[in-house]
Amino acid sequence: MSIQVKFFASLREQVGLSDITIEQASTAAEVWDLATSKQQQPDNLLVAINLEYAKLNSPVNDGDEVAFFPPVTGG
Amino acid sequence: MSVIISDQYFEPWHMISEHQQKSELASQFGATATFVGSMRDFNDDVEVCEMVLEHYPEMTLRYLEKLEHDARQKWPIIDCLIVHRVGHIKPADAIVAIACWSAHRRAALDACNWLIEELKFKAPFWKKESRPDGDVWVEHNTAG
Repeated sequence: MSIQVKFFASLREQVGLSDITIEQASTAAEVWDLATSKQQQPDNLLVAINLEYAKLNSPVNDGDEVAFFPPVTGG
Repeated sequence: MSVIISDQYFEPWHMISEHQQKSELASQFGATATFVGSMRDFNDDVEVCEMVLEHYPEMTLRYLEKLEHDARQKWPIIDCLIVHRVGHIKPADAIVAIACWSAHRRAALDACNWLIEELKFKAPFWKKESRPDGDVWVEHNTAG
């Protein structure tokens, strides 16, 4: 099993990682714990699985790309 | 219909005008609604010298294309253009341009308004401002 994990913007700096691969997880929350060594989740944490917004309890599968990021501020 | 994400400076009014002139559907346009967002040299009463706009490239493009698709489902839009800048941006530079064309004004106006609000609160872009006392991530959008 292989899951690509990405972090963006202030969260990338906070976590100290832009991307990492993990080998085993069942939910996005578990991906967070494994990728960040259980750093505390920010209250406003957003998550996407395979480029679609998801929830922390959403399931993840082999080959998925999971991204974590703060509230968006474009436009 | 076009979605463009670019790290290059762009002239919003030129792009909107050019898009309309080149559209094969231009003879059906009765209304054009536009929104252009530009970089201010201040935020929260603090000077802002420059900005870096980060994004999640694959998701951003997909999300903007989804917004455009959804807008077409909601309103009888004939054509639509969304342009968003990323990378290093200077004050007065355009950040985003949206144009909606329809046969009558209401659809174009409502679709354009909906698109910019959805984009600002859901499309994965993030601003980092360079201020005299250091660089700061923008944590939230203004109400409007």
